[in-house]
Amino acid sequence: MATAAYSIGAPAKQTSPTHQYVAFGIMAGFFAIAPFIGIYPVFMMKVLCFALFACAFNLLIGYVGLLSFGHAMFLGTAGYISAHSAKVWGFPTELAILTATATAASLGLVTGCLAIRRQGIYFAMITLALAQMIFFFYLQAPFTGGEDGIQAVPRGKLLGVFDLENDMIMYYFVLAIFLAGFLLIYRTIHSPFGQVLKAIRENEPRAISLGYKTDHYKLMAFVLSGALSGLAGGTKAIVFQLASLTDANWPMSGEVVLMTLLGGLGTVFGPVVGAFTIVAMQNYLAQFGAWVTVVQGAIFVVCVLLFRRGIIGELSKLINRPL
Amino acid sequence: MKAIRTIGIAAAATLAAGVANAQISDDVVRIGVLSDMSSLYADIGGPGSVAAARMAVEDSGIEKNGIKVEVIGADHQNKPDVGASVARQWYDVEKVDVILDTPNSAVALAVNQVTREKNKVFINSGAASSDLTGKQCSPNTVHWTYDTWMLANGTGSAIVKTGGDTWFFLTSDYAFGHALERDTEAVVVKNGGKVLGKVRHPLNTQDFSSFLLQAQASKAKIIGLANAGGDTINSIKQAAEFGIVQAGQNLAGLLVFLSDVHSLGLKTAQGLILTESWYWDLNDQTRAFAKKFAPKNGGKYPTMVQAGVYAGTLHYLKAVQALKSDTDGSKVVAKMKETPTDDPLFGKGTIRQDGRKVHPAYLFEVKKPNESKGPYDYYKVRATIPADQAFRPVDQGQCSLVKG
Amino acid sequence: MFELLGIPPQALFGQLLLGLINGAFYALLSLGLAVIFGLLNIINFAHGAQYMMGAFVAWMLLNYLNVGYWWALLLAPIVVGITGVIIERTMLKHLYKLDHLYGLLLTFGLALIIEGLFRNYYGSSGQPYQIPAELTGGRNLGFMFLPNYRAWIVVSSLAICLVTWYVIERTKLGSYLRAATENATLVRAFGVNVPRMITLTYGFGVGLAALAGVLAAPVQNVSPQMGSSLIIIVFAVVVIGGMGSIMGSILTGFGLGVIEGLTKVFYPEASNTVIFIIMAIVLLIKPAGLFGRAT
Repeated sequence: MATAAYSIGAPAKQTSPTHQYVAFGIMAGFFAIAPFIGIYPVFMMKVLCFALFACAFNLLIGYVGLLSFGHAMFLGTAGYISAHSAKVWGFPTELAILTATATAASLGLVTGCLAIRRQGIYFAMITLALAQMIFFFYLQAPFTGGEDGIQAVPRGKLLGVFDLENDMIMYYFVLAIFLAGFLLIYRTIHSPFGQVLKAIRENEPRAISLGYKTDHYKLMAFVLSGALSGLAGGTKAIVFQLASLTDANWPMSGEVVLMTLLGGLGTVFGPVVGAFTIVAMQNYLAQFGAWVTVVQGAIFVVCVLLFRRGIIGELSKLINRPL
Repeated sequence: MKAIRTIGIAAAATLAAGVANAQISDDVVRIGVLSDMSSLYADIGGPGSVAAARMAVEDSGIEKNGIKVEVIGADHQNKPDVGASVARQWYDVEKVDVILDTPNSAVALAVNQVTREKNKVFINSGAASSDLTGKQCSPNTVHWTYDTWMLANGTGSAIVKTGGDTWFFLTSDYAFGHALERDTEAVVVKNGGKVLGKVRHPLNTQDFSSFLLQAQASKAKIIGLANAGGDTINSIKQAAEFGIVQAGQNLAGLLVFLSDVHSLGLKTAQGLILTESWYWDLNDQTRAFAKKFAPKNGGKYPTMVQAGVYAGTLHYLKAVQALKSDTDGSKVVAKMKETPTDDPLFGKGTIRQDGRKVHPAYLFEVKKPNESKGPYDYYKVRATIPADQAFRPVDQGQCSLVKG
Repeated sequence: MFELLGIPPQALFGQLLLGLINGAFYALLSLGLAVIFGLLNIINFAHGAQYMMGAFVAWMLLNYLNVGYWWALLLAPIVVGITGVIIERTMLKHLYKLDHLYGLLLTFGLALIIEGLFRNYYGSSGQPYQIPAELTGGRNLGFMFLPNYRAWIVVSSLAICLVTWYVIERTKLGSYLRAATENATLVRAFGVNVPRMITLTYGFGVGLAALAGVLAAPVQNVSPQMGSSLIIIVFAVVVIGGMGSIMGSILTGFGLGVIEGLTKVFYPEASNTVIFIIMAIVLLIKPAGLFGRAT
């Protein structure tokens, strides 16, 4: 049974969220000017995609208390659908990404119906098993190109006008997608629906006794989480112009857990910070080979032992306000 | 053994303005060796490839002519997105002019795309996909060393001609394995052989006993291993355990490198037949290279991939010197194709219109333990396939660069 | 002779036997995991890495100290078991009062560290390790050639599994362990040193993983990745068998080995996936596993 161990980021009381608006402003502002202060736009786009992925994942673990070890299936599926529809079916970019998101949502519905029935470690194991089955399917299916992946995916034109081959234009498009997804998650958390989710996390039997059909709520959260992960995956495939097996494989599921854990489970901004840190680390340690794995493992260990609140969680505790 | 230079911090660089055409961009020729530094292909390419590139820069004497050269390396971790990101960052920010090596076909194809977009140069030595000079050929890419067609043809036809005319395939169930199986089967049948059966195993299988049993039951003379890396090593190791070679069947490794044989040990690998396009013990020049190379690579002798990086770098630098410029990738590659190659490792050869470097291929057999006289003395030559027959005919690849 | 779905019975028996042999191996490997989870409620994701360490220590013993296979069977599990004890003492014990999933995340991180370090130091190609001279060769059983080493694997795995099961389920020490999982305070009140028992149990489970590694070294590629391919399968075995049940994981290990073996004959491409399909089905119908106790 999932206990209240993930309630670390939960606010004790709902104070005025001005500080959260400020934090949002800082985050959006930083991302908006990043290309102008010399940060490589393609790197930032990768950060944004993973930040969205981590936020979507966090929705499930931080607010519903369900640790999914199979989220790679959403990222991977959306990546393949987006790449295939843009390259082979000739969809315009926006439609390709939307299709990918919709597919991921449907996948979330199907797998969610199966996985929601269990909790805690069993939930994690089911999601892992389902993700592995989907991975093996992609490994063999001809349309994915197997180990080669789908290559040379066209960036297309935004609204038929703006040429997305230009990294700067693409960057702001991705930023817009990220902010939209982020705001959607924020609204969800701070809505009555979000409150019910938190109630389920804290004490599911009580929520049931109050008349809530908790399974439906959990399923909706799962589908939403899957859909937004799909949005991240579909966008990423267009940014890098390829979709590969890496995104559907189980180490990717482990990475998103790491990002969220490092940033702070159950916090609003934690996954963004976590994603930024991990992607940056992978980028700059790329020449050191297997040290990346070692460092990631060390971060896991340190976070679990000493730093369970994560970066934003600690910050939040410091200023005594939920972040 | 880290022979890798650190990549400068990317955040500080701004995108450069246009560069005049008849000059060396930035006044430095920057060579990026993008390889698998930490996993499956690290011993086949990896840090050894970086060392090979450095040796080539030294041996080319280009710095005496006043042109500065810099070599950097990075790990693509066998992930196409990491490979594509590093390639983009290298081209956009670090001003790398040429990328070398890149084992792993998925990464290579991705880098091939990026290189064409940015009009730089890509000299691939490590990847197997024959699409690099076929459907995805590019005026900016040269494919050195080997490809699946060469492997299939070399091993397939040479074995059938020497009596191995019934085959059973043990295939890795993914695109590369299927391609290798399909190409080899075509060659076997063309040369009058028969394929008695095939079995597909999942990628990264640990236990092959069940598949080997089926191979034994087929009674085929040759068991073709259409897989790579750990799967090949496991198949061979377990085949030895089940006494397959003793019972009279022979194993044909369709993609085996010197480093794989080293991992297996001669006792297990003896009798294995494979095709490579280079071996350190072929002649005096290759031996001299190996002796110089090994201390720079932790005592490990060069594989054909690393040799390809050396030779490719040499030829690239020759072209840059002749043009006195490295800015326009497709022009440099055109110059490389114009100029016949001549290096101490592969001897004389040419680069075709589709980017394919042509040189002879060799059918090797792994020696028995008592036939080996020293470290890495693993192969004996069973047959030599001349350069004009070793690679797919230039008009069969569906490459758009090939006219007529 | 009749044929079953196109496969002659001789070939079928051969495959069944191979499946059984693999099953013995899975059973041994999942035994360590089951012991650790069943008794300590820790999900040891580092199990695959510890299995790999067992194989590597065996190789190191041979290469650096000239110590052969038979001694390695004893020494490698002890060495790796000691590292397990250290891990438990320094890190795991802080997590007992938290949700189990933190234990999973910690051991997941440890697995990454261990694998990364070995890859950095030894590369990925793998190290050669031969079958010990006494066990080479094999005998022709008529329907297949059975290598002696494979027979050894079955026999030793079975023996170790049964001994472990016996110790845990039927001896006094085992009963202390089982009691301590249910109510540690009460057992401590009886004067039993519970923390030490838990530490040693973790070490023992890790040692079992290492032992499986030594058994695998002569027949599989001794490389840093050898554990990560297997860990997922082993998890599936334990989850299907019932995470608290020792006998459950032994029987499931054998059972899944046979099922996987049959799949390899009739539909080899799916042999990787079939275990996960079964795991998903079992989790949906009986989440505690086939033999597990409901928690």
